[in-house]
Amino acid sequence: MSKIRFVASDGLPGLAASLAKGGRRVLVPVEKPAASKPSVVFAPYEPGVKMTLAKATVPPKEAVLPECETLMTFQKSRDPADLNQTTLALTAVEEGVPTVVFACRPCDARGFAALDKPFLEGLYADPYYKARREKLTVASLTCATGCETCFCHWVGGGPTSPIGSDVLITEIEGGYVLQAMTPKGEELLEASGLPDGADKFPLAEAARKAAWASLVPAPDLTAARESLKAMFEDTAFWEAETARCLSCGACTYFCPTCYCFNITDEGEPQSPCGGRRLRSWDNCMSSLYTREASGHNPRPEKYQRMRNRVSHKFWTYPENWGPYLCSGCGRCITNCPVCLDIRAIVLDAVAAAKGKV
Amino acid sequence: MPVLEGKELRIVGFLCNWCSYGGADTAGVARAGQPTDLRVIRVPCTGRVDPLFIVKALLEGADGVLVSGCHPRDCHYSVGNFYARRRLEVVREFLPVIGIDPRRFAYTWVSASEGQRWQEVVQKFTAEIHDLGPAPRLEDAKPLLRLADMALTSLHPLGTGEKAALAELKEAIKQKLPELDFVIGWQEGYDAAHTVPLFMKTPEDVDKLVWGPLNVNNPAVYLPQFKGKKVGIVVKGCDSRSIAELLQEKLINREDVTIFSIPCEGVLDMARVNTELGRYTKIDSVTMDEASVTITADGTEHRFCMTECAQGKCYGCTTPGAVIADQRFGTPVEVTPAAHTPPELAMLDAMSLEERMGFWKAQMERCLRCYACRNACPMCVCRDYCISDSREPHWMSQGESARDKLFFQTIHALHLAGRCTGCGECQRACPVGIPILALRQQIARAVGKLFGGYQSGINPEAIPPLLTYAVEEPHIHERDW
Repeated sequence: MSKIRFVASDGLPGLAASLAKGGRRVLVPVEKPAASKPSVVFAPYEPGVKMTLAKATVPPKEAVLPECETLMTFQKSRDPADLNQTTLALTAVEEGVPTVVFACRPCDARGFAALDKPFLEGLYADPYYKARREKLTVASLTCATGCETCFCHWVGGGPTSPIGSDVLITEIEGGYVLQAMTPKGEELLEASGLPDGADKFPLAEAARKAAWASLVPAPDLTAARESLKAMFEDTAFWEAETARCLSCGACTYFCPTCYCFNITDEGEPQSPCGGRRLRSWDNCMSSLYTREASGHNPRPEKYQRMRNRVSHKFWTYPENWGPYLCSGCGRCITNCPVCLDIRAIVLDAVAAAKGKV
Repeated sequence: MPVLEGKELRIVGFLCNWCSYGGADTAGVARAGQPTDLRVIRVPCTGRVDPLFIVKALLEGADGVLVSGCHPRDCHYSVGNFYARRRLEVVREFLPVIGIDPRRFAYTWVSASEGQRWQEVVQKFTAEIHDLGPAPRLEDAKPLLRLADMALTSLHPLGTGEKAALAELKEAIKQKLPELDFVIGWQEGYDAAHTVPLFMKTPEDVDKLVWGPLNVNNPAVYLPQFKGKKVGIVVKGCDSRSIAELLQEKLINREDVTIFSIPCEGVLDMARVNTELGRYTKIDSVTMDEASVTITADGTEHRFCMTECAQGKCYGCTTPGAVIADQRFGTPVEVTPAAHTPPELAMLDAMSLEERMGFWKAQMERCLRCYACRNACPMCVCRDYCISDSREPHWMSQGESARDKLFFQTIHALHLAGRCTGCGECQRACPVGIPILALRQQIARAVGKLFGGYQSGINPEAIPPLLTYAVEEPHIHERDW
């Protein structure tokens, strides 16, 4: 049996504090004060930080794939003795701070599992991603219930799914049961100094069962892959589905599984500050994402961009890697200025493709 | 110059090739001594000086910016400096709202023969900048978070539009539908507490149309992409102002658009509603009476009174009815315009420059650059060719600093100068709730002040003030050097 620990109701901030000892970065959900919208983000734990257990507005993807990171810096220098001689110095920046993502949700954790495949299991492992991922431990808080926009159980996850989590935290009366799911998680719990909670585990199991029971049964998505394939060329379908889309990037930037990036060189190599190569988030909703150097854009219309997004998540990624590239967190729906609903698109595709597949 | 290190400040000068650049040359040839703080960038005309040049220089560490061109009526290109004068006045009015001292920016006119005048201008401006000292940097600002006071009184009664003539409207749309490609309106979204834009093509679609305080989206955002098609659109008063502005800029054709209007009684501020409900809830039911919306979420009932929970823009709204419409339904509402400062702008007005800089720093730190603000804006018509996406020139760094994100907001705000109708879609669309509408409101206020009370999107025939000029500007008081 895996390691089980127990912490009292008010003990989670203390646990985060103890994890943060020794220079570890502990990312906890924090309610941004004085924001006109409820805005919960993951921020490094510091004494005085007021952590919340609410589901975050922005997923903790930043822990492994920052919004912008410097891949390397470069600087050109001239030999003072012979000015025709220049040397270009390249410095790779590879950071990987030991990090714990604390009290994220199973859908957030599932995001890390989804990112691992293209970044680590392809032909080449991404060294920047790998450095961060190896030092990352994920402790997820299981959900007690679903909400209007989340659908983790449609796509192979669930309110208590262990996918991507090293530790599962489940609320029971009077406290939380922490269960190690991986060796990393066991190590974390071992070092936590918390009392054993094996006797309380049945309560956690009951709470998890209750969470599942509270969900509306999921529709069958097994035909999604083939249906999206069949509907790919149906322009009228995609135009109708995306008529209200504004083609902004909210759905992708708030997605725990979207991982597209752009690489840009900035700065002057000759200047004293040098230049830097940046990797920053990119999104398939932007025109620039596919615009070619010639100016030609194979995806000039918004329906093509959204078609790509949905198809990648429910057809091509599963074809390459197995699971869906969607953890069902529903942030693309809640953060969309026009509430475009990816669930509806997939279901409509399945319905429309009936008979074709 | 190393000898002057610590004594010299950074002043950027944008000088017109035909006049002031020559004037500076004349001063140099005449050996007229000048401080060396100024770094000159030669431009073909002051009309070429995009206000962004000024804001970018100031945000990236310039202590002062000076623009100098030909005297009015002397422009090499006849009218470049007349256009420039309007833009430069707007940018000077804009700077304080992001916490930059407007005294750090000045513009003037120096001809090629006025070497002595050039010397005076440079000496005077440099001395002023030295008096102000090095400019405070956004990076060093102390983050400040504050919420606007939303206890407001409205200019017209706010309600839920329960008694609106929705049935009549639906009937009229159905009648008109055969002549149109489609009609844009609203329908219920993924739950009863949200509506989403609806594109009605069949009578069955028309039955889905809803009216009320949940219709937060501005459907005018879709119009420019359908230029040339026969499109119907249902509007609130603020949406109709966007249409008027699009017409002013000839981005849509009047004869292509059929406008249906019902007087609006205000829309709910979903940001504040979600603060109470929580973001991730199950909506059980939504009911309305004339004054309030009751949302039951996760088994708990929450009542939102329209007078307390309308969007900030609704309180000062003077156009609940459409400013332009083909078919009107319901009883028109008369509003007497009165002085009204929008809540976020009032909050910023009460802050010092230093606090404003700290405020924007703290706000912009959580921006993810999803550009929902830009894409939800009905006046952002560049769409796929936004300057912020441009790689050459590379206006925006890919770096994630608050400064770059604020710079994007100044791009958006300045490109909306004299065009923004204050529909507030930018702020509503922002997933993390940054009060960016205030930047546009500051510019709208400046435009009103500089151009005789001008309001955009009221008169479809009017020329937007920054697309025209006056030889003698009655409301602009130029600086006396």
